[in-house]
Amino acid sequence: MTAPKITPTKKWSLKKQIVDHGMLLVLLLLCAAISALTVTDIHPEDPAAGRQLAKLALQKYGTDPNVLIVVRDTAADRAFAQAINDELVTGGINVVGIVSGTPRSAILQLTQTLAAGENVDVIATHHFASQWEVLNVSRLAQVSEKPIKVIRPPSYRWPSFLTKNNLLSILNQNAPIAIMAIGMTLVIITAGIDLSVGSLMALAAVVTAVSLRDYLGGTEANGGAVALAFGIAMLVCAVVGAVAGLLITVFKIPPFVATLGLMMVARGACYILAGGADAVMIDAPAISSLYDASVLGVSSQIILMVVLFITAHVVMTHTPFGRYVYAVGGNVSAARLSGVPVMAVLISVYIVCGLCAGVAGVLDASHFLTGRPKAGEFYELQVIAAVVVGGTSLMGGEGKIFGTLIGALILGVIQNGLNMAGVDSYRQMVIYGALILVAVVVDQLKKKVINPGIVSQ
Amino acid sequence: MLVTPPLLEIEGLTKSYPGVRALSDVSLTLARGEVLALLGENGAGKSTLIKTLGGVHQSDRGSFKVDGDRVTIANPRAARGLGISIIYQEFTLIPTLKVRENIFLGHGRHWLKPISQKTERTRSIALLNRIGSQIDPDKLCSELSVADQQVVEIAKALALNTKIMVMDEPSAALSPREAEGLFDIVAELRSQEIGIIYITHRLNEVAQLADRIMILRDGEHITTQPAVDLSRDQIIENMVGRSLAEEFPPRCSVIGEPRLQVDGLTRGTAVKNVSFTAHRGEVLGIAGLVGAGRTEVARMLFAADLPDQGTITLDGVVLKLKSPRQAIAAGICLLTEDRKSQGLILTQSTQHNFGLPNLADFSSKGMLVHRRERNSFQHYCDTLNIRISDVHQRAETLSGGNQQKVVLAKWLQSTADVIIFDEPTRGIDVGARYEIYQLLNELSEQGKAIIMISSDLSEVLAMSDRIVVMREGQVTGILDNKSSQQKVTPEDIMRYATSDQSQEQPVVVPA
Repeated sequence: MTAPKITPTKKWSLKKQIVDHGMLLVLLLLCAAISALTVTDIHPEDPAAGRQLAKLALQKYGTDPNVLIVVRDTAADRAFAQAINDELVTGGINVVGIVSGTPRSAILQLTQTLAAGENVDVIATHHFASQWEVLNVSRLAQVSEKPIKVIRPPSYRWPSFLTKNNLLSILNQNAPIAIMAIGMTLVIITAGIDLSVGSLMALAAVVTAVSLRDYLGGTEANGGAVALAFGIAMLVCAVVGAVAGLLITVFKIPPFVATLGLMMVARGACYILAGGADAVMIDAPAISSLYDASVLGVSSQIILMVVLFITAHVVMTHTPFGRYVYAVGGNVSAARLSGVPVMAVLISVYIVCGLCAGVAGVLDASHFLTGRPKAGEFYELQVIAAVVVGGTSLMGGEGKIFGTLIGALILGVIQNGLNMAGVDSYRQMVIYGALILVAVVVDQLKKKVINPGIVSQ
Repeated sequence: MLVTPPLLEIEGLTKSYPGVRALSDVSLTLARGEVLALLGENGAGKSTLIKTLGGVHQSDRGSFKVDGDRVTIANPRAARGLGISIIYQEFTLIPTLKVRENIFLGHGRHWLKPISQKTERTRSIALLNRIGSQIDPDKLCSELSVADQQVVEIAKALALNTKIMVMDEPSAALSPREAEGLFDIVAELRSQEIGIIYITHRLNEVAQLADRIMILRDGEHITTQPAVDLSRDQIIENMVGRSLAEEFPPRCSVIGEPRLQVDGLTRGTAVKNVSFTAHRGEVLGIAGLVGAGRTEVARMLFAADLPDQGTITLDGVVLKLKSPRQAIAAGICLLTEDRKSQGLILTQSTQHNFGLPNLADFSSKGMLVHRRERNSFQHYCDTLNIRISDVHQRAETLSGGNQQKVVLAKWLQSTADVIIFDEPTRGIDVGARYEIYQLLNELSEQGKAIIMISSDLSEVLAMSDRIVVMREGQVTGILDNKSSQQKVTPEDIMRYATSDQSQEQPVVVPA
């Protein structure tokens, strides 16, 4: 009698895919649904659209006509106008002038040009200005005997949700929550909870601001001093995390109660340090360098988030520490009797959770150039929601790091979609909460339907 | 003349789970006042059968008749309504409620109807008297012994006018003396015309209690016969599907120098001045009644609890252990009595359970090498004959025997020198038991010292080279079981385990 050779179940099955990647599917469906609902006319106004417009004009009218370019007085519009101008001049068309201003300045320039004896055959503009009263055909006929054509870049239909700017802004807005959710995932996998993360985020921001103002040179603080302030802020958060871990392991206080207490202590400390509810201004110019940094148009916050998620994923799946975290959450006494250093593991996860809140806090300080004692209020609930929607069980022992990223993105996408749909903030709250419940119920049903015998990898 | 229909008639019961046929075409009848012993290895379909009868699961096919009337059992409530009660291994009592409150819990009374404490008390006493028990109905259930909790469970079932009572391994957690009390209750219930389905792994109980024996194997009905017609060997043969030459493999280990020396171990009142020595190649049995302090000693050897006094010496080195982690590093390991709550992380994969104490072996530069862990686990699956379909199968889906082997595998990988087994075969079926005994022998032959705590006297007598007997936290005797001249008898052990006069010095039979 020998045991059958164990072969890994490599068979691809739709069921298993749905179980393993159900929430990713939900995220994609949500994106598709919101995209479908936000399809609108897009009127491009960027330099690329300007060049395209100039090429169309050359094709249509040759090099004969005189062109007047009309845009608003903004930097983006001037870039658009310049692109049209450059392209037209290269193509050999005569540009009689560029107006960047109001309808009034546009009509003024037009009449002046005509009065100076120059012809204007075409006005090149964008969708917005083409709607101006002064640029409609009957009005133009009053100023010029020859008909003047108004041209603009072609419009097209596209979901306003599904633009690079919007998607990046969803990522950027939700990065602090997602980063805090990494630490929270570890804590929840050990069957714990950490309610102090929102307060710790504020504490990190306030400590950054106060230490820069009082100890690290105020306005003269250079990059090194700012980095030091960030370091101090994160250290404070790590220490609070360690205190939480000690309360939970040594004094056997339930995590909910221990971190509830620390949440209030940390929030109070924020107000004391800030000397009230007002934000502490940070005058050092170097403060913004963290938030403002970007690579290929992707902000530092997003990059930091992605790097932290990948690191956490590797730690949780490829190191003994990760295995211990799951073991402690799955069955603490069996873990202890299997030689897992339970106390060290528990203290570590609360330190990691505090550090994640610290990262979110220094990002907040760098973003708003202040230490806001009210930052991160109720963030702990959003962070927990992201973890739970991401499929981590509050019972402990189960959960995936990338599930949490998906969970945070689902919440971000829902919020963005509701904003775009123009839903007011009270209704948003109701819908948001209901959708969280639906997501979790679906997750539970899915687990029941599919054979739970195999642990998904 | 009217023929009274049987109390319960099950016909053609079939139930499949994805990939497994748990029951196929099983039929049984049960008469009033009859004890039907339901036997079979783990995974034979016993639990599925009783869960279907109890309304927890729905069968795919098959019919139930109670008193000749065809019934459907859609849920546990419906089962109770038909007079079917199931006493599960895990008790359903609420520890913070009183005995009488537990007895009348969930009785379908209106939620808001006031409860008369006096009526509840008198009715509880009447029910408890019916089974010859004197438990105070105002005691909290948390204050009761396991045996008394079981009595309350039975009283709770009787309060529902139970006609059919199913008992799932009721004696598993009881000491021999407590088990006798249980047998009296079963006999009493039988005389009150209640039909009893009795599930057990202990074959000597079957001979004592059962009118008829029904044997299941791999979901199929093998035989149902009057108890007097089946010998012990025939029962085992029917259960495992082949004949086992013996229940226990022969021991032939050479005992060497002392490995683990325990001196004056004391913790609170549970363990008092315990000393013994386990030798290289020896199986040292520890016998005693439940509560004698055996498990507490094992936990101290493993540093799961720390002793107030006493020393533990391994291979001549005095150990100062502070945690199980250190004990494992020193080469001591413990297979706990309760695998489900202490030995395994049930919701996680078998491979991860196996790897947990051994992650250093499977890491390089701080990173896990999953392939190494997998290969090593595969090796133990082959050598220990662990039957699983996938290394990521959740530990909770394995049978008791396979679970025990997974726990053993993780300790073998950690190269322990001293292996402590606490009730190694509790809840494990006959076939798998034999394999575990063989492993015990092999391990001792490799020079490891094996300490085996067991309440099963035949197991202790068959497997141990020497037997430490404990009573009330003290060692009352250390008996040599290896010399063939004077074999230790169960009566010898019980005498030391229960003797009333307290002895200053343990009786040590020279080895």
